[in-house]
Amino acid sequence: MSDIPLLQFMAVNTYYGDLHVLKDVDYTINKGEIVVLLGGNASGKSTTMKTIMGVVQPRSGRVLFEGTRIDQSATAARVKRGIMPVLEARRLFPRMSVFENLEMGAYTRRSKAEFAADLELVYALFPRVKERRGQLAGTLSGGEQQMVAIGRALMGRPKLICMDEPSMGLSPLFVEQVFATIQDINRQGISIFMVEQNAAMALSIAHRGYVLQTGRVVLSGSAADLAANPAIQDAYLGEMVVD
Amino acid sequence: MITPIELFAQQAVNGLSLGAMYALLALGFTLVYGILELINFAHFNVFMIGSFVGLIVLQALGIAGQSVVLHGAPLIFALLLALIVTMLVCGILGVLIERFTLRPMRGVRGPMAMITTIGVSYILYNVVLLATNAQALNFPDPLATQDFDIHHVVIRAKQILIWIISLILMVGLDQFVRRSRLGKAMRATAQDAEAARMMGVDVDRVVSTAFFAGSALAGAAGLIFGLYYNFTQYSIGYSAGLRAFTAAVLGGIGNVPGAMLGGILIGLIETMSSQYIATKWADVIIFSILILVLVFKPAGLLGALAPNRS
Ligand SMILES: Nc1ncnc2c1ncn2[C@@H]1O[C@H](COP(=O)(O)OP(=O)(O)O)[C@@H](O)[C@H]1O
Ligand SMILES: [Mg+2]
Repeated sequence: MSDIPLLQFMAVNTYYGDLHVLKDVDYTINKGEIVVLLGGNASGKSTTMKTIMGVVQPRSGRVLFEGTRIDQSATAARVKRGIMPVLEARRLFPRMSVFENLEMGAYTRRSKAEFAADLELVYALFPRVKERRGQLAGTLSGGEQQMVAIGRALMGRPKLICMDEPSMGLSPLFVEQVFATIQDINRQGISIFMVEQNAAMALSIAHRGYVLQTGRVVLSGSAADLAANPAIQDAYLGEMVVD
Repeated sequence: MITPIELFAQQAVNGLSLGAMYALLALGFTLVYGILELINFAHFNVFMIGSFVGLIVLQALGIAGQSVVLHGAPLIFALLLALIVTMLVCGILGVLIERFTLRPMRGVRGPMAMITTIGVSYILYNVVLLATNAQALNFPDPLATQDFDIHHVVIRAKQILIWIISLILMVGLDQFVRRSRLGKAMRATAQDAEAARMMGVDVDRVVSTAFFAGSALAGAAGLIFGLYYNFTQYSIGYSAGLRAFTAAVLGGIGNVPGAMLGGILIGLIETMSSQYIATKWADVIIFSILILVLVFKPAGLLGALAPNRS
């Protein structure tokens, strides 16, 4: 049982019209892992996340979740199975309150008791979110919005959270907080697949990583190996490497 | 003698009645635009069909012409039945229009979907034109012609009825959109459809709901039109529909309270300009307002212009 990967890509090819974005891509995310996806601009990182969520469908290849093919399933079915997104640029519902945004995270979950329990967990993790619960999400600062976005994902009681550049546009203080939170969440048993530009920090909390280049996986391995790899240091770490 | 204040109050009473009808109709434009960024011209003639459905129900109950007057429970029963049937039929018509003519081209960029709604609108118009031989039909007036006269300001029983129906429907819609699970999914979809989908929202179902609710309200407005003017015909959709559309833009298209406010304002502007300027100028004034709003305050009085993705 436990050796069935949580999420698997097998030779996945994703297109937008004629544009071939993901090319024979394989990923494996195991239960309990934090896996980071690195890659330059337009290399297909967000497309990977959209392929997992079912917003785009692969033209060939398979996506498996807990051993079951999901690449033809509706997005809602994937959410019900336990996959939740933290979207690029957060994408909260700006004219809904923070509380309503959290409710939307729990959209496929009908149990009132579970909702109340999950809400308590999110509020405990982010006391700031609790303070702001009545406020319109669009009026929050970037850091607060990211907390709501993560809280919204947790409200779906996910097994896997797919995060697209969670540190984008945040002040350094918030960036550290976000990464600490991601580790916290992971310790509760939730697996994380994360796209990040901030490679040094992402690799410091991740177990493993993949490097995508124009739609192909060109490198993969443990976070430590990737961080030590000269090619990675040149391309993504640069002077950001902290000793 | 009627004093100027009484005259003004009388026009306010009349304007509020028309405005309530425009508001119901404007809500349908706004609900659909909020989610699909589509101006649904079929809405004009769903409203027109609604007045005919209401007419058929009332006639089936034996209420034909303007001589049958009801009171009490039979009156309430007849009106309630006409309202419910009209709203259901129009709601289903709206859902079918979306399902079969608009959904197949969802995701197609450009004005194709809007042009399709014009085509559907024209089909509905012509079907009724042919079925009625282009005749105007008498619409029953089952409400007692009992008027309330307060200081020379006449409030007709049917105006009170219109206010009650409109208020209940608008409060109902507002509460639905604000509090229900599906209503929240509608708002979320309007604000960021892709994000809503990734929360597990079935966007097709949300779109169907918007068409059902908007078209059902158009049906209610059609029934109100018949009761108010005591006639209906194939061509009533255009002037009322364009005014309601102006109301939706004035309030801020995509914005539910905005459509209600815009509808009431357009109704008041119509009666006031008829009274103080000239009836024939009312349309010029209303559509000048539309142009001024589009130029100087394109987001409308209360509105966000389009689903904002900030
Ligand atoms: N919805 C879309 N339609 C067409 N092309 C797209 C769409 N989304 C992304 N692309 C293109 O696909 C490529 C990969 O994009 P993306 O996955 O967003 O890259 P990344 O997140 O790695 O920067 C880019 O060339 C981008 O322009
Ligand atoms: Mg991206």
